[in-house]
Amino acid sequence: MNITLKLYATLTDYLPAEARKTNQLPMQVADGTTPMDVIGPLQMPEKLVHLVLINGHYVPPAARVSRALQEGDVLAIWPPIAGG
Amino acid sequence: MAWTRKFLRIDLTKGTVKVEDLNMKWADEYLGQRGLATKYFVEEVDPKVDPLSPANKMIFTTGPLTGTMASTGGRYSVVTKGPLTGAIACSNSGGYFGAELKFAGWDMIIVEGKSPKPVYLSIADDKVEIRDASHLWGKTVWETEETIKKTHQDPLIHVSSIGRSGENGVLYACIVNDLHRAAGRSGVGTVMGSKNLKAIAVRGTKGVGNIRDPKEFMKVTFEKKKVLADNAVTGQGLPTYGTQVLMNVINEIGALPTRNHRDVQFESASKISAEAMHEKRPDGKSHLVTNQACFGCTIACGRISKLDEKHFTVVNNPKYWGASGGLEYEAAWALGCANGVGDLDALQYVNMLCNEDGFDPISFGATIGAAMELFDLGLIKKEEIGFDAPFGSAEALVKLAEMTARGEGFGKVIGLGSKRMCEKYGRPDLSMSVKGQEFPAYDSRGIQGMGLTYATSNRGACHLRSYTVASEVLGIPVKTDPLTTDGKPELVKAFQDATAVFDSSGVCVFTTFAWTLADLQPQLAAALEGDWSMDKLNLVGERIWNMERMFNNSAGFTSKDDNLPPRLTNEPAKTGPAKGLVNGLAKMLPEYYKIRGWDNDGRPTNETTARLGL
Repeated sequence: MNITLKLYATLTDYLPAEARKTNQLPMQVADGTTPMDVIGPLQMPEKLVHLVLINGHYVPPAARVSRALQEGDVLAIWPPIAGG
Repeated sequence: MAWTRKFLRIDLTKGTVKVEDLNMKWADEYLGQRGLATKYFVEEVDPKVDPLSPANKMIFTTGPLTGTMASTGGRYSVVTKGPLTGAIACSNSGGYFGAELKFAGWDMIIVEGKSPKPVYLSIADDKVEIRDASHLWGKTVWETEETIKKTHQDPLIHVSSIGRSGENGVLYACIVNDLHRAAGRSGVGTVMGSKNLKAIAVRGTKGVGNIRDPKEFMKVTFEKKKVLADNAVTGQGLPTYGTQVLMNVINEIGALPTRNHRDVQFESASKISAEAMHEKRPDGKSHLVTNQACFGCTIACGRISKLDEKHFTVVNNPKYWGASGGLEYEAAWALGCANGVGDLDALQYVNMLCNEDGFDPISFGATIGAAMELFDLGLIKKEEIGFDAPFGSAEALVKLAEMTARGEGFGKVIGLGSKRMCEKYGRPDLSMSVKGQEFPAYDSRGIQGMGLTYATSNRGACHLRSYTVASEVLGIPVKTDPLTTDGKPELVKAFQDATAVFDSSGVCVFTTFAWTLADLQPQLAAALEGDWSMDKLNLVGERIWNMERMFNNSAGFTSKDDNLPPRLTNEPAKTGPAKGLVNGLAKMLPEYYKIRGWDNDGRPTNETTARLGL
């Protein structure tokens, strides 16, 4: 199935070069894939995987290893950030 | 104590300068800066005063940690009654002006009356003069700073001044210091203009003394700097990407107010984000040049940028080709998303105009958004403006910014703010404001707690009075659900009271992304005589909030003013996680009053005022 991975701020560097300009990467993944299945191979420091959203909804750490992604989902991740 | 124990009272009507002793009993009860100056203000000024009359006063005020070794300890505030809202106004700024004022030996300046002619205040340690500013009137902030430094032959002077918008009565004029730091909201610069006070120029050489336990103070401020450095937000995220890193997050969660809050997601958000500022342009340069810190700051979140010299805004105007302050998230949102404009360079140019001529980009941008909606509805005609002003027009945004800065044509209407403008065109419901002040960059349909934050903010809609975004979106200090109203009254009260303490201390509220009150407390305790326990600080924060509220109540505000525009409570979000949701203010407000110890009309009960010593 098709999903979109978005990585922002300092995590942008973990995207392939061609995807960094848009901060997003279309991906094909197997049914039952969880956020951690996508995150793991990228080898991002754990403490930088802070804000994990699926379609804009926050995914708590415990659910990142269990919640299955669905066709068309957008998985977006930020390191610890703030502003205002 | 970290106080000089002296302040200046400047009577502009009489042209006199007086030195007075700081009321140390009040400093013990209200800490400093926002709290202490507001105490002076409410004791001295009739709540019903016309904000632009000579009877209104304005107080430039520092905190006990301003000018010290505490990280970010360079803040000052301006307290007055705001012309945009008619409520208490307190605008906080960084840069170097606040610390310099303390170095000159002054904790505060109370300005009263109205000068018969333009003047500026010159402070060089103990030498304080009211000087003629006829030659500065009509000049921008940038010209004023440069001229004053040349006049005094001293590049180390720090200047707070107003630009032409403050002279022209733009109701959301700022006071700008150090070229691009500002006491930005509520029209404090308009009050300064109404007094014919163009600038305050300060040079201080005395340093800061009177720290209660200098050894302990150095030890604890060092430890707390390490907390900031080790924290991923204050040590890495903010210095690298600045506040603008929020643009894509807030868009993703569907809380980015777009086109005057018609939408909650902006299709061009990524083009005006922090990531876009880092990106290389075709000319090989990126928009962002560097980050910058204010006095004593170990975070350094500020942005310094250069726009594309070939951009239509500046191609014939090299004056704007140099590096300058911005963009910050709030300005990028207000100038961009609120109007549907996704042109990064146009936003930076307008932001430079806001700094150069001293007007609040949030209220200005949001007012343009309302004007574009009125134009879209046919209620404002092209003939009135002089050109088309549809949503998304960078050209219209730029022209209206130039006209507002100069007080020309339709810029005079934009300068009234969205509330007065929308009332003029028969659609007060289209002003996205509370108590007359425009919303900042978070849609309260997608971040429920911010609806209560805005509705109850003592200075009108504002994110800096209780930034529940930290918890509801960013997980600081703990993650809460932005789509529910549950627990939000408690959360808002806790943020409001704690923020009042930080705003009264002399440090920046951005430290709260890593610090809690428990980190601030030992720094205050080492600096100040007396009891500065956590219990005391919690009480002081609540006391300050209630004092401001009581001033507003006396000024004529009631529970009816703790409200949101009908768009946010009646029109559901169209897209994103909050699709179908409105803000649940009606559910949160009664609970909030109860937690506050206020009656059903939003007035502190006798029991509450007695408990707080008010």
